[in-house]
Amino acid sequence: MADESGSSGNAGSFEQVVLPHLDAAYNLARWLVRNSHDAEDIVQEAYLRAFKFFGGYQGGNARVWLLKIVRNTSYSFLQTNRPADLGVEFDETLHTPTTSQPDAEASLLQAADSRTVHEALERLPVRFREIVILREFEGMSYKEIAATTEVPIGTVMSGLARARTQLKKDLLRAKEREEHRGV
Amino acid sequence: MACNDNQRLLHAYLDGELDLVRSIEFEDHLKSCLDCSRDFANQQALRKSLQAANLYQRAPESLKIKIRAQLPRAMPAKPIATGRRTAIEWLAVAAAIIVAIVLGAKVIPSVGGREQTNLLAEQIVANHIRSLQPGHLFDVESTDQHTVKPWFDGRLDFAPPVSDLADKGFPLVGGRLDYLDHRDVAALVYGRQKHFINVFIWPSESKTTKVPEVQTVRGYNLVFWQQDGMIFCAASDLNAAELERFAQLLQH
Repeated sequence: MADESGSSGNAGSFEQVVLPHLDAAYNLARWLVRNSHDAEDIVQEAYLRAFKFFGGYQGGNARVWLLKIVRNTSYSFLQTNRPADLGVEFDETLHTPTTSQPDAEASLLQAADSRTVHEALERLPVRFREIVILREFEGMSYKEIAATTEVPIGTVMSGLARARTQLKKDLLRAKEREEHRGV
Repeated sequence: MACNDNQRLLHAYLDGELDLVRSIEFEDHLKSCLDCSRDFANQQALRKSLQAANLYQRAPESLKIKIRAQLPRAMPAKPIATGRRTAIEWLAVAAAIIVAIVLGAKVIPSVGGREQTNLLAEQIVANHIRSLQPGHLFDVESTDQHTVKPWFDGRLDFAPPVSDLADKGFPLVGGRLDYLDHRDVAALVYGRQKHFINVFIWPSESKTTKVPEVQTVRGYNLVFWQQDGMIFCAASDLNAAELERFAQLLQH
């Protein structure tokens, strides 16, 4: 079930196999480096690398193959330009929100607006953020995410659990602040 | 907060990653565990807000064009490259010098003469490839011939015929000055789906009309013809049949 949309065998030209995943490449780079200008440069460089390595592409999931290159290019960029962005720690200064009614949490979460969600995602450490992006926006299976990020499936699973718990906290906290201001 | 043992299972269940047996087991657990069922509802809500936020970042159209334009550079080389672009420029200069030396004084930009045409063809392919590097495709951007044609005024000692073939599926993208066969030439850039076509135009010494002739150089197709005292060469990675059709359209 892992190899659906991305797979096209090794038949086909670079244009047919790799180019269709341009949106996926840009989406991932954009979320990893958090600005569109750098993301464009990274995707261009990643495509050049992909073009150069295409001879070694053995078929299989082209989206995973390309996104691995995009991810490595993004990480090199961050390593050089913003090493602090590669930190793996959650922002522990976030206190756990104190919802008086635990049963209201779901409706609060669902009411979060787009900007709040965007900011909460950007606050996740990059290694957690990428898993959420690949899962929720790219619709990848655990197996595909594990292959793209080069970690075991178990790490994907626990990473998703931690990332989502953090997102939930962050969104609830934003709601709390909103209420304080509103009152 | 879901009970610890089931935290990971909860996410795997949410993501449809559990097999049937474990799914059923987990559903049973959800019925009896308030913490887990509450957290499951929260996670479903979180997913809904992530989807509703519509945060998928699509590649801008300009990036698509840039990437397509840089693709046909089939030569293996370093990625991204300031250094490389210069190298190619030098190669183009070197090629031009070699052509100049070989042709010597008997410069005949005639379509005939197999050997000369082959050298010329190599040069045209080099120019075509170079034009596809980022930022080299055109000097003047266009959607119709009325912006491109006047642009050449004062830049060339001849007036190249410019026509837009957008309604035939070959939109005019822009124009550029280029250098071929020891002289400035006009280069018109047309698009065809994901391909680009460079049409190089320069004056001929003879007034004869020559019908289109196709050549293939390093995987690129070239169509030469001569008409109204001008030499035309269309270069592209487009297939030969389509490029010939394009040449015929341009002749009329």
